Formats: sequence, C-alpha cells, structure tokens
Amino acid sequence: MAEIYPELEPVLQRHGHQPDGLIEVLNRAQQLYDQLSPPLLRHVARQLHLPFSRVQGTASFYHLFRFAPPARHSCLVCTGTACHVQGAAQLLAELKAAPLDELGVELGSVRCIGTCSGAPLVVVDGAVWNHVEAGAVLKRLQELE
Amino acid sequence: MSDCLRLCTAASCRSRGALALLENSDRPVKEVGCLGPCSEGPLAAMGDQLLSLQPAENETVGPTLEAALARSRQISAEDPFLKLQRRLVLARCGVVDPGCIDDALAQGAYQQLQAVLAADDPSAVIETVRRSGLRGRGGAGYPTGLKWATVAAMPGARKAVVCNADEGDPGAFMDRTLMEGDPHTLLEGIAIAAFAVGAKQGYIYVRAEYPLAIERLRTAIAAAEAHGWLGKAISGSRFSFAIELRVGAGAYVCGEETALIHSIEGRRGVPRPRPPYPAEHGVFGLPTLINNVETFGNIPALLQLGVEAYGAGTKVFSLTGHVQRSGVLEVPMGTPLRTIVETMGGGAAPGRSIKAVQTGGPSGGCVPASALDTPVDYDSLKALGTIMGSGGMVVLDDTTNMVDLAAFFIAFSREESCGKCIPCRSGTVQLEMLLRKLLERRGSAADLSQLESLCHTVADASLCGLGQSAPKPVLSTLRHFRSDYLELLQPAEVAR
Repeated sequence: MAEIYPELEPVLQRHGHQPDGLIEVLNRAQQLYDQLSPPLLRHVARQLHLPFSRVQGTASFYHLFRFAPPARHSCLVCTGTACHVQGAAQLLAELKAAPLDELGVELGSVRCIGTCSGAPLVVVDGAVWNHVEAGAVLKRLQELE
Repeated sequence: MSDCLRLCTAASCRSRGALALLENSDRPVKEVGCLGPCSEGPLAAMGDQLLSLQPAENETVGPTLEAALARSRQISAEDPFLKLQRRLVLARCGVVDPGCIDDALAQGAYQQLQAVLAADDPSAVIETVRRSGLRGRGGAGYPTGLKWATVAAMPGARKAVVCNADEGDPGAFMDRTLMEGDPHTLLEGIAIAAFAVGAKQGYIYVRAEYPLAIERLRTAIAAAEAHGWLGKAISGSRFSFAIELRVGAGAYVCGEETALIHSIEGRRGVPRPRPPYPAEHGVFGLPTLINNVETFGNIPALLQLGVEAYGAGTKVFSLTGHVQRSGVLEVPMGTPLRTIVETMGGGAAPGRSIKAVQTGGPSGGCVPASALDTPVDYDSLKALGTIMGSGGMVVLDDTTNMVDLAAFFIAFSREESCGKCIPCRSGTVQLEMLLRKLLERRGSAADLSQLESLCHTVADASLCGLGQSAPKPVLSTLRHFRSDYLELLQPAEVAR
C-alpha cells in the first residue's frame, strides 16, 4: 500500500514505523499533500500500526492540522498580546467582513509568531507584513497573483 | 573576522527586509542572530558598533546593502538598551553565525562540555548548578539543581532529557532568539545536563510556529554530530548522547510538561495528574529531565564563570507592546522593572503614560505603573500577584482597557484548553461570558462577584498549570485595576 504516498516513506522509515512518530509523520504529510485527507490518515494508521481513531483523534487535537484543501493564499492575523493591544481584534474583524474568498485568500489567525516589534502584523503565505491596517492589507492581497 | 559586517537575519529583521539586503550585497556579510532592539531593524553590526538600517518613514529598505548602510544610524554602545544588559545566555547571539559550527567552535562552543567530560564527575556538575541557585526559566522557577539531582538519583540505565522549546506565551520570544541566534549554546547545555543526570537520549520539542528556529536547530544538530559533539563517545569519552528534534503542531497546552511528553510520544497533548513526576516517569516511561531553552542556555555560561562570578544570573526578556523600543534584552536578575521598561525601552510614546506591564502571558498578571520599581525576580513578582513567567513583557499604556485584556487572555485559555478537566474546559467559557457581559455594559455587581469566585474555583480545581493559572490575568487586573471593572457596571449597580 505504501506506493500510494511514496513521498511519505522516508519519514516513516526514520521513525521505524513506530507509533511515537505519529505527529512528525502527520506534519510531513501535511507539508507534502497540503491537507490530511481520510485516505491519507488511513494510510498513516496502517503504516504506524495504529487504529484509525487514534490517528484521527490525535490529528484533530492540534490546531495546525487541516482536513480541507487550502485556498490559493493564506492570510493569518496575529492575535498575540502585543498585536492585540495594538488593534489586532479590529483588524481581524475588518478583514473578516471583506470578500477575501473572491481573492482566493483564506483568512485565519495565529497566536504570536514572536516578532512583536512589528505589531500589529499579518502573515501572508509565510511572509510577515508589519504594522498593518485592514485597508493596506486588502490592497496588497488584491495584488497577489 | 571581527571587521566583517554582521547582519541580523533572524525572524524579526527578516520580516523587515534583511534577506533582500543580504542578496543585494557585494561585500562579505556574516549572517547572525538577534542583535537586540528589534524595533530598529533591520539591524547590522560592525565590531562593537550597532547599526540600524531602518529606512525613514515612507521609504523602503535598501535597495542595496550599501545604500542602506550609507543611510544607517548608529546606535551607541552607551545606549542604555545595550549598556545595561548582561549577556550570558545570549553572549554569542548576534556575534556568531548560527549556521556555521566552525565559527561557534572558534568562539568557545562545546568547551564546557569538553571540560565536564574530561573531569568525568557528574555529581560535581549537579553540585555547581545547585549552588548557583539557578531556577527554571520557563516560568515555574523550580530549582534546577534539585531537579537534576532527582533525575540523577533515579534507578535505571536509560534516562532522557527533554528541552521544552514550545514557547507558546504570546508576546514571548526569548527562546526563539537563542535557537535562531546561537543554537550550539543550547545543544551544549542539553548535552551537559544529559551527562550530569546520566541520559543517553535527548529531545527538543519546538513549536511549529518557529520555522527558522527549526531549520537552524536541524543544521546545528547535524553539524554537532558530524564534529563529534553529539553521538557516540563524545570527545573521546564514554559518554554517548543523541538529540532528536520533535516539532509541535500548534497546541499551547503542550508547554505543560506532561502534555509535552504525550506529544513527543505521538499522542494528543493532554496533561495527566502528577505525581508521578517526569523525573520518575517521563518520556516513554523513562526518568526524564525537562528544562526549558533558556535554563539549558545558562549552563555553559555558569560553568565557564563559576558560581561566584555567575552571581544571581540573568533573565532574558522580550519587551513589546506600547513601548518606544521593543526587542530582546538580557538583564541581571533583580533589575527593577522601571529600568527595563523606561530606561532601556524608552517608556510609552510621547503624550502617553504607562498603565501597567503584563508579565508571564496567559499564566501571569499585570504590574501596575505604581509598582514599577519592583525588582524582577521570582519572589517579588509573585508577591504582586503575577509571575516571572518565561520572560514575555508587554507594556500597556493608558489607552488599554484592562477588562478587555483580561477577556483576551481568558479567550486564549478557553481556546487552548485541552478539555480533559471540567473546571478548565467549562470554567474558561463561563469566565469569558461574564467578562463579555461586563464589556457590553450589561453586567451587575453580582456578575462581578461571581466572576471573582469562579476564578478561584478554576484556579483551585483544574488539573494542570494551564487551568490553574488561566484566571490569573483576571484576578490580577481585579486587584490592581478594579475601577476599570466598576466603570463597566450598569449605573444603578455602582450606587448599590
């Protein structure tokens, strides 16, 4: 069955197909396939000799695992303390009200990425945009390919 | 090498365009970790001169490094932000190239490990750590020497060492700074601890939100293995030690040690009651030593200086919020808060005043402006109803609504509650509802008293540190800023 997800084999081997490697394997799987689909989770369960329920139960516990395909772009509003006291809640609310779906942008939030001197900030496709307000973010999101 | 230009390419300066400068440069540049005052970034340094490459407002950085340097502004070595620091943990951060082990070795990395292995006396190492009075830097402040001695005394041939690098408190990035800026100091500290307690296997559990730290740790571990500072028969001794990196997946509760152990084992990050403590029954049931990044980071400096010169040690803080200069600083233990926030951080913006300083994140509380002369140490902050915490320090000016801040932290704890025990799972929901009710000016005096009593219930009855300390931001703001709450009560209620 391993041939379905051949790219996953190295990480499975590194952990000797042992159950304790589950989170490492899931992290890698999401990196490779963008999301943790039911067939992918079943594959992981078989490979690590775990019940499917244990794999799904563990995956659903952690915030960063996703079970639906991502949009073309992601925009994460940092809602850590430093960003919060500098207006992150309002920024998030304003962006929520904007038609980001039409731009192919998925809006989310993240609890502090530890570069607080740029607060309030957003992380767009992995890049940090510092000292932003909603209007400027929207404008730059519209310019994304 | 000292004349070479050093450019900070850690996460904060990276977000300010440091990588573009690096690409658009003709001169030799050494990539280094955090240089300190992140709000002035991107930052560069030449010898002991610190340069801010920040463009003026409405301008963009660069475009070339030469152009940025021509317009750079020097930050004097006499600047209090730099001068009042005592860098032990971060001594090589901003000096050494974190991706180059040869550079680290040339600057003394792994010398303390080598000395410890040559002396071959684990109990002497533990005794030194115990005498230094070093306490856990992750927040709880448990005496490190005692923890090491407990694990060392456990029977069994197999033991483990875990480095808690799941720096989840929002507004805290001390550990990120060390991992990105000088990973070899951390690895050396962990290896020394492993030797002292008799462990052969180590784990670093790092949060997934720190991609650069993960990358640099991977590089550093591989380089240390290749140079024989990790692996079998280290430095020709009988000591063998391997470190495995485990990456989290976004769960704040995994900073709690029993939850962290479960996560390393590939399970849901759910805490369990203690005892048994990890020292007895930790990762895979082995006696396990767990310390956080900064605690391990102290070890090489402590052993190099000796107990007397090390003195009371230092604490690394990340200074953020409504403060003119934010960034990472390492100060002697016991430095007054006012020195950090006003002298080093420049205080609030012109026309504003500081209302409070939040320490310890969602598990901590607020220090009111009137108590800024408090020295930062474990016991003084505890007496004020907050905690030292891991080192996040968020400055709040007079525009801050303290009830809103309390609601923010409770919402955080509610989201991050693992759901295992009812006081935390349901209590945080109820606490947030009461706070929202107050914020919407629908609250009564009865709601306020219920809020207070529920805080104590959640604190007393929760299973782990997350729930036990979740009400602290509410209790602390009630204690120091009760008027903020009273102002929100319905007018008729205030008269009663």
